[in-house]
Amino acid sequence: MSGYAATLAAAGPVIPNFGAHSSKCVVENRFFCGDWVSRNWDSVLWPALRQHVMLTAIAVGIGFLISIALALAAHRYGWLERPTLLVTTILYTIPSLALFELLVAPVGANIYAAEIALVSYTLLILFRNILTGLREVPDEVLDAAEGMGMTRGQALLRVELPLALPAIVAGLRIAVVTIIALATIVYTIYDKGLGVPIHTALGEGPFKTELLVAGGLTVLLALVADGLLVLLQRVLTPWTRARAT
Amino acid sequence: MKTADTAHNEGSSAFAKAAEQESRAAELELQGVSKRYPGQREPAIADLSFTVPAGEVCVLVGPSGSGKTTAMRLINRMISISGGDILLGGHSVLQRDARELRREIGYVIQQIGLFPHQTVGENIATVPGLLGWSKERTAARVKELLELIDLDPQGWAGRYPAQLSGGQRQRVGVARALAADPPLMLMDEPFGAIDPINRMRLQDEFLALQEKVRKTVVFVTHDIDEAIKMGDRIAILREGGHLAQYDTPREILTHPADDFVAEFVGADRGIKRLSLTTLGELKLAEPNGLQPGALRAPAQTSVRDALSMILTANGEPLAVVDGDDRVQGLLTLSHFEQLLSEEASANGRAPGNGAADAGAPGDGATAREVS
Repeated sequence: MSGYAATLAAAGPVIPNFGAHSSKCVVENRFFCGDWVSRNWDSVLWPALRQHVMLTAIAVGIGFLISIALALAAHRYGWLERPTLLVTTILYTIPSLALFELLVAPVGANIYAAEIALVSYTLLILFRNILTGLREVPDEVLDAAEGMGMTRGQALLRVELPLALPAIVAGLRIAVVTIIALATIVYTIYDKGLGVPIHTALGEGPFKTELLVAGGLTVLLALVADGLLVLLQRVLTPWTRARAT
Repeated sequence: MKTADTAHNEGSSAFAKAAEQESRAAELELQGVSKRYPGQREPAIADLSFTVPAGEVCVLVGPSGSGKTTAMRLINRMISISGGDILLGGHSVLQRDARELRREIGYVIQQIGLFPHQTVGENIATVPGLLGWSKERTAARVKELLELIDLDPQGWAGRYPAQLSGGQRQRVGVARALAADPPLMLMDEPFGAIDPINRMRLQDEFLALQEKVRKTVVFVTHDIDEAIKMGDRIAILREGGHLAQYDTPREILTHPADDFVAEFVGADRGIKRLSLTTLGELKLAEPNGLQPGALRAPAQTSVRDALSMILTANGEPLAVVDGDDRVQGLLTLSHFEQLLSEEASANGRAPGNGAADAGAPGDGATAREVS
């Protein structure tokens, strides 16, 4: 950290390569240049933000579908839990930069490689949380559901999944924040997302304004997404806030 | 036939406000039912046979390991039967689709198992929902049942189980089981997790409710006092799922079939028997020379409780009053001698040996062995 700051100081004024219209603020690489942000919002920042949202949404969406299928299978057939955990844990622990590069050879440097890598990092988190949620449904509740004549499918849809929702949403929150952070290195193989302006800014010595705004947008995106999921949970699980009056 | 419940009809019972609903009940017959788990030498249930007439409460009671809950769960096929047959309304439950069968049988368990994510109204509407009732019919039935258990539909239908007291949850559990008007109710220690005072209230409420709906009920408990109070008939099971005796509470207390039953009902069965009779059923003495401030008790009080009151007051006589607090007669300790001699002559036995012979097997000519 301090070494990094020293480099910054030693670098002195640099002239970022952003065309002839660079303002004095940009030329002196001050902490934050509002004019640069407004000039580059439409062409650089906003597209990168949108791409970042898409990268995350696709990864978490696909990861969720795979995880819920795996969790339902492991819920029904308990022996599936161990092998699934083993595989998803291995995927989760592969260094992300390495995984991106590994996928380029078979898949190519494209969105597929990016999403395959991102999805693989959601599986462990989502699978564990969904399975935990399903397993935490009280036995007597399941017994009552069966005793009143529900089929397995009815019990799953009407009782088990709704009761697992708090744990499922908790898993989604971790997965979304993790993928938003991780997607900033997608640029290494695929030229999209907030990782692109961050990388550019670093290459410029670094260019403080761009680094700050692109990094800040990543953090903001994570906070907003997390907040939306909290809101979603409040809407979907009103019973969790019901207390004796 | 039912003597115990007359003592519990009075009072502001929540269940007693039962709507005048038409109600179904069916006879239940177990025919040589057995349950064997693979890999176990002893059966969990061995050759269990008894019949519960339509509209009666049969209590399955016994020590742990006697298979009473297993026996109950065989009836709605939560556990599969190994041998024998179970007839509900004359039809074998084995011929039925298990899900359809269960939707026709009310199911109440000790932990209640209300769905925490559904409101009280949604919980009660579970089986109507599975049966595909219309919205209007379901809503009307939910309202009717909430009134039946004394919860105002306006204020309570939209609440979640977490917002109810233990007693309210249990009542909602019973309402949910009654929702589709099942001909048979299975109740597994339904009041087991409730504190003693509320348990007594819930028992009384359920008996008053049962007066109205007259369901066939199979009620599992490990508590012989609860069995005596709730049951029209009691099936006492012993370890290994053998039926030790199947009879009315009075018969079981008067003529236990064997040592096991005598020990299980307790050495105080003579006193327990007094709980089956109310003061109103006794011939009382004229209330001459009644002191103001004497002990008073309503006619619905059980003789057992009355005896306890008299003993607590060092043998003072007890004034029995009717609903308007008018004295109907006096109960004194000397009545109990008379009571015993009457019982004894009815049973062909000498008075005064009640507790002493508790351990004697096969006592009395009328003691019966149930196979």
